[in-house]
Amino acid sequence: MTVNDAGRAASADPLRLGGQPESAEFIQLLTPEGERVEHPDYPLEISAEEVRSLYRDLVLIRRIDYEAIALQRQGELGIWASLLGQEAAQVGSGRALEPKDMAFPTYREHGVAWCRGLDPTKLLELFRGVSHGGWDPKEHGLHLYTIVIGSQTLHATGYAMGIQRDGAVGEDGEAVIVYFGDGATSQGDVNEAFIWASVTNAPVVFFCQNNQWAISEPLERQSRVPLYLRAHGFGFPGVRVDGNDVLACLAVTRKAMQAAREGQGPTLIEAFTYRMGAHTTTDDPTRYRLAAELETWKLKDPIERVKAYLVRNQLADEKFFADLEAESDEVGARIRKACREMPDPDPMTIFENVYTEPNALLESERDQYAAYLDSFEEVTR
Amino acid sequence: MTKLTLSRALNEGLRKAMERDPKVLIMGEDVGKLGGVFRVTDGLQKDFGEARVVDTPLAESGIVGTAIGLALRGYRPVCEIQFDGFVFPAFDQITSQLAKMRYRSKGNVTLPVVVRIPFGGGIGAVEHHSESPEALFIHTGGLRVVACSDPVDAYAMIQQSIMSDDPVIFFEPKRRYWERAEVDTAGGLAEALPLDKAKVVVGGTDVTVLCYGPMVKTCLAAAAAAGEEGRSLEVIDLRSLSPLDTETIFESVQRTGRCVVAHEAPVTGGLGAEIAARVTEACFYQLEAPVLRVGGFSTPYPPSRLEEHYLPDLDRVLDAVDRTFAY
Repeated sequence: MTVNDAGRAASADPLRLGGQPESAEFIQLLTPEGERVEHPDYPLEISAEEVRSLYRDLVLIRRIDYEAIALQRQGELGIWASLLGQEAAQVGSGRALEPKDMAFPTYREHGVAWCRGLDPTKLLELFRGVSHGGWDPKEHGLHLYTIVIGSQTLHATGYAMGIQRDGAVGEDGEAVIVYFGDGATSQGDVNEAFIWASVTNAPVVFFCQNNQWAISEPLERQSRVPLYLRAHGFGFPGVRVDGNDVLACLAVTRKAMQAAREGQGPTLIEAFTYRMGAHTTTDDPTRYRLAAELETWKLKDPIERVKAYLVRNQLADEKFFADLEAESDEVGARIRKACREMPDPDPMTIFENVYTEPNALLESERDQYAAYLDSFEEVTR
Repeated sequence: MTKLTLSRALNEGLRKAMERDPKVLIMGEDVGKLGGVFRVTDGLQKDFGEARVVDTPLAESGIVGTAIGLALRGYRPVCEIQFDGFVFPAFDQITSQLAKMRYRSKGNVTLPVVVRIPFGGGIGAVEHHSESPEALFIHTGGLRVVACSDPVDAYAMIQQSIMSDDPVIFFEPKRRYWERAEVDTAGGLAEALPLDKAKVVVGGTDVTVLCYGPMVKTCLAAAAAAGEEGRSLEVIDLRSLSPLDTETIFESVQRTGRCVVAHEAPVTGGLGAEIAARVTEACFYQLEAPVLRVGGFSTPYPPSRLEEHYLPDLDRVLDAVDRTFAY
């Protein structure tokens, strides 16, 4: 067997790693055509108002994403990591959380951040290079974006271990959700987090958005089995959900979070989705993937199916859609303005928050640099 | 002679090394079809196949750890770490295993592994994409640590690093990837400076300015500006950060009597501190002023809108030069 044959053997695996799973192979409550289907393990009672509200989140976060890409193109942002195609996975799971829960995102969870109530301009700050995030994780139950792949899975697990020690496990207890991608499942940290969560029975949900691509590398480079099956080896349940189905993502995440908060330990959720855009605005996916794949996934769009469902069942009228479009325009205009008006930080903030207390060495570096900057002003005057 | 970018020069150097020795492998994230995020390995998988240019799983510890195993088996792996800030998951494999294997085996095991790391700031990136972690590797005996600064050196040094039987941490100046220069890709490496030698890029008489990687261009600009004011700076590109070519450094400082070390990395515990101590010891009676350091602040790398303050520029180098005359 050559090195190349291993990859091909994996693709031909009957578990359909690289292919498109049949609906029986993942949990789906809303088909790509917008047809509501039932799943025995995931009954979902949901009002028309709630579905409209989910739809609103999907539309608005896609708009924010679209604006951010445009702002990057215009030079207002250094870079942007688009969530295009992953809106349902993020909104479905994000809306399943309680305010007291804690979420640990990667750098692409703009939809989760939206659901947690974080002002999207905070995200623009980060991608503009004005801050490293800078929000207070406690305020929104949303930890800072983590850029090093997979590190946050251990932080989430440790946080969940704290919940156990605080006696906050129980029917109304707290739970943690941590986001990561298919590529991250190869990292040692992620596997260690699985082990820690398993042996401590920590109240944490591992939410893996399998968007099929780790920059240029397809899932076959990371795994020969579907990712959700990995959980069994670590000793906790794994489920695969249609990541483009907001209702299924909501129901599956809600159930896993409830199990965690009641003390039943971790769950791995693999949200099977697709990164419709580039890895980031600096990436060029035409170098490594076929346009045909994108076309297939366009038919499974996470937003169109909700719209079809709402229209077909007369759960939303024309005014609803028109109002949402207007709101979307307002949000777009607001963040464009906020981004363009965002001032550069004061250079002296470089020296802030390095330590809890001032120290002489850093203060002298700061004072010297301030004096150095002043020397230019004197020259200019 | 061909005009090449630094990125392309590395690519040509890698190609030469792979043609010369079938044991040379390239491994890393996105090095195959994509050709690496900076295109340093562009086209190599197409020409040398997937067994020699390996898109690895997304795990840096795994990249270096398996490279060690491949080296034990007689291969010469060249690992690409995508960005400086992502080398830390591999830090254990590099410092505890890669660096020490020869020592532990009393010379019976050599590990000719190269770990390529794009380093430094200035590209407007988000966190963990602009760091200069070289001191952490310099501090580890058993590793050769080198940094190229221009296309000519990039082309030669990557080949020399691959030929070295020692493990080499190879730093590439990220913000200089697109700088161009004439590179002779037809000739061999006979004319190239040995890997562990520093290079006097511009001779001078008043101050020795030591630098490497992205700061070489900055310091050359500073030397030109100082020249207009009648000051003669000697700019030395260290190239090998460990081991240091102290012979070239001491000879220069003993002549000029003044020394400034510039790097992007924080000055605290940085290479400049090491050089200052050694120069002070070896050139004490010739020194007219203390060795001064120009570098990053003792803080994490700031958000990119502030990086021009953090990164030493021409003015900060000249400011240090001025200060050496104030003693």
